[in-house]
Amino acid sequence: MRRRDFLYTASLGVGATMLPSLDTFGRLITVEEALTPIDVKLKKQMADVALNSAKSKGASYADVRIGRYLNQVVATRDSRVENVANSESYGIGVRVLANGSWGFAATNNMDNDSIAKTAELAVAIAKGNSKLMSDPVQLAPQKGYGEVSWKTPLETNAFEVPIPQKIDLLLNVNSEALKGGAKYVNSSIFMVNEQKYFASTDGSYVDQDIHRIWPNFTVTKIDAASGKFETRNALSSPMGMGYEYLTPKEEEKIKGGPVTMYKKRYDMFEDVKEATIHVSEKLKAKPITAGKYDLVLDPSHLFLTIHESVGHPTELDRVLGYEANFAGTSFLTLDKWESKKFNFGSDQVDIIADKMEVGSLGAVGYDDEGVKCGKWDIIKKGILVNYQTIRDQAHILGLKESQGCCYADSWDSIQFQRMPNVSLAPDNTELTAADMVKDVERGIYMFGRNSYSIDQQRYNFQFSAQLAYEIKDGKIVGMFKDAAYQSNTQEFWNACVKRCGKNDYRLGGTFSDGKGQPSQASAVSHGSATTRFNGVKVINTGSKLG
Amino acid sequence: MAILSKEEAQAILKKVLSYSKAESCEVSLNGSNGGNIRYARNAVSTAGQINVMSLSVNSTFGKKTGSASINEFDDASLKKVVSRAEELAMLAPENPEFMPLLGAQTFPESATFNATTAAMTPDTRAEMVGKSLSIAKAAGLDAAGFLENSTRFNSVMNSKGLFAYNKSSNVSFSVTIRNKEGTGSGYVEQDFNDLNKMDVLALSKIAASKATGSAGAKAIEPGKYTVILEPLAASDILSNMFRGFDARSADEGRSFMSKKGGGTRLGEQLFSQNVNIYSDPMNPELPSATWSGDGLTLKKTQWVEKGIVKNLSYSRFWAEKKGVEPIPFSRSIVIEGGTQSLQDLIKSTEKGILVTRFWYIRSVDPQTLLLTGLTRDGTFYIENGEIKFPIKNFRFNESPIIMLNNVEALGKPVRTGSGMIPPMKIKDFTFSSLSDAI
Repeated sequence: MRRRDFLYTASLGVGATMLPSLDTFGRLITVEEALTPIDVKLKKQMADVALNSAKSKGASYADVRIGRYLNQVVATRDSRVENVANSESYGIGVRVLANGSWGFAATNNMDNDSIAKTAELAVAIAKGNSKLMSDPVQLAPQKGYGEVSWKTPLETNAFEVPIPQKIDLLLNVNSEALKGGAKYVNSSIFMVNEQKYFASTDGSYVDQDIHRIWPNFTVTKIDAASGKFETRNALSSPMGMGYEYLTPKEEEKIKGGPVTMYKKRYDMFEDVKEATIHVSEKLKAKPITAGKYDLVLDPSHLFLTIHESVGHPTELDRVLGYEANFAGTSFLTLDKWESKKFNFGSDQVDIIADKMEVGSLGAVGYDDEGVKCGKWDIIKKGILVNYQTIRDQAHILGLKESQGCCYADSWDSIQFQRMPNVSLAPDNTELTAADMVKDVERGIYMFGRNSYSIDQQRYNFQFSAQLAYEIKDGKIVGMFKDAAYQSNTQEFWNACVKRCGKNDYRLGGTFSDGKGQPSQASAVSHGSATTRFNGVKVINTGSKLG
Repeated sequence: MAILSKEEAQAILKKVLSYSKAESCEVSLNGSNGGNIRYARNAVSTAGQINVMSLSVNSTFGKKTGSASINEFDDASLKKVVSRAEELAMLAPENPEFMPLLGAQTFPESATFNATTAAMTPDTRAEMVGKSLSIAKAAGLDAAGFLENSTRFNSVMNSKGLFAYNKSSNVSFSVTIRNKEGTGSGYVEQDFNDLNKMDVLALSKIAASKATGSAGAKAIEPGKYTVILEPLAASDILSNMFRGFDARSADEGRSFMSKKGGGTRLGEQLFSQNVNIYSDPMNPELPSATWSGDGLTLKKTQWVEKGIVKNLSYSRFWAEKKGVEPIPFSRSIVIEGGTQSLQDLIKSTEKGILVTRFWYIRSVDPQTLLLTGLTRDGTFYIENGEIKFPIKNFRFNESPIIMLNNVEALGKPVRTGSGMIPPMKIKDFTFSSLSDAI
């Protein structure tokens, strides 16, 4: 992974095709090709070749994922287009259980002979590994669904929107920032379409068409006299939606606070205008004095704190030690769950896992081992009540079936337990952000994600924001710079004193949650309403070079 | 059959170029074949083998470039990918930063390929993991680890006569060993081009010894301490800094390498006098390909000499704009050190903290490269030249630039994740809070 960091440096400003050891093999294709799906009959036929080959070589269970992963990126800088690319990664991955052990093999050579040999190799690997296995894998039963399908609910397939329209939007956004005095502005739209076909020896053939979109920008201003620079990123969210996310709607905006915020429709043009003003304010902002503050956290910021401090420690594979060598383990050990009284947070804290939430990044019909997706409580009134599981872990929690949290980021990656959408429920009242701010004596109102870091068992964390407003005696009085809060997960969630109602509920999310070896990326959303935490330690992160 | 020889790759690339009608054309052909095995809770959890090959074409008319790629290699498919790239080029916007292709170059042979590593099989991997597990099991500890090997080839040819080919192999291993109570944890990681250098038994023993030695950690107050960073810890924190050795972002005023009032800090004394950093693709301990993404020859390059910034990397475009020679950045970074071992550095320390590794490092302030992150998998208190007791993990808030101004001693460099990195003794390193994580 670190070696890739160096590659990143080496690739600055150059075309990628000549890069030695480039780790992506996605092929570049035309839009027309991207819009032509693979015939589902052909996928079923290829899947059956793999399943039959695996069974004939001695697999007790096998599943096949035929994946066609399409990405489109349109990226601009200042007044020019930096990159327009459509890429496709297409291939097949076969996972088998043989002699009680897992084996996996993958190829992008899609002829029948190659597919059969790939399945055969997976069985050979499983048998080889079984020599090092002490307890055979226990797979939760799963009924076959026959031939079924699922599609992201969307109004406009982003891949069908002409590229010049996307370029126009981004160059207009850039032009507005430059007009407002920005020194540099980068903007982009990243679109993903996962066409995934899953089949297993349980008798499921699942065809899914999953869409995601992520508009973003960064506005930079430089103060020539001091040599200081500041940036502000878009307050958009990556979403499990089509291009309709980029069609603004007044009823999807939240106005009245220091920043306009967006629900399921985003106004990129309006946000960049505000961002350009914010960057000037950031350059002149007052350095924060370290100490205890009440925090009012907007969902555009809080989503990442939920992700790191609630989503990750409730992943059962981490709790059990399967991630010990990379992402880490978890402080939420099984004894805390078994006690049924572990005080994770205050009674304001209701955390829900939901693999079906419309518009979210994690929404799918079925997971990557053929389990129909659902919704369940993880923290109820502050108490830890559940985790996130897959088929070979369900028995550990005494569950009779998986919770459907299995995911692989590509056809050539092995599926494993990944985070569903994990969200903080809003309050059952009509409370608004103004209600969160009005009785704060000394506080900070934070928007947007910035620096974030947390330890490997998810106790100690440090987060900062795109925008940090000073609250004094119930009023927003200006902007702080160099503010970051440091806390401990349990202490922080017990400091949660109130939440806004569902009218303020919004999704934040990330395209690139990293976990596993080899590392895999996953896209996941976290919803919340604006929420208040009292008496949190805040540090000043300002520093100087000699 | 993902690994093609130089001649096989050359033949396919020539054929593809013969189909081109563009003003200029660049074709690359890459393939990899590799496998991995992952284990946790003292048993194998997942294992797999992946085999891929892909060909990409960049066709250019004027300053308009189109790209297309494919993973089928019959003549009809090859013709199709070329015509698709040409169609896309016609539709593409002009790229004002387009640089004309380079002509034929001479690249030295690299030393990145090793036949023993390339011959690894699922059984070789399982056998190595078996050795690592035997150490953990014998000591009553729990191991979680990952072993991966890959062989890959990268090749490129363009219509101006440039041809480059590289074949490489790599094997990497890491293991975390924890005690059953979850009160102690140890870690090692290592990668080599040559499998024969990889000793999973010895490495697993180090992780096991740290797991036992770090149990029962005491809390000490956060603050400024003299630290001894093991090479892995030093590499974790410094890899963030090397990205900043880029002239363009410095010239644009948005990097720690930017100079107040404009320009870069090239030629300035940015670090202690004992800091010397260079890259060399021919370093026998850390070989890399001998050609860069710009099609330039990678040569030995001094980045920092006696603490002074001697070079920044310039892309071909930025070099032309600034009227200087382009300088590609290299992956084979060497931080020069002395002859002292880690033990010698500990011995010479009156009071200090030994750090095995850092974790979850993120930028807090790009202007000063202030970073935050945590210690992990074995942090120890040193007094009077000896490790006295394990201590609880810390969060740090520190800049590698400030850190390299506070260097008291550098030991003997060893190959780690990001280069040849010495163990380091650094004064006044800032820890800002305690973590309960083990």
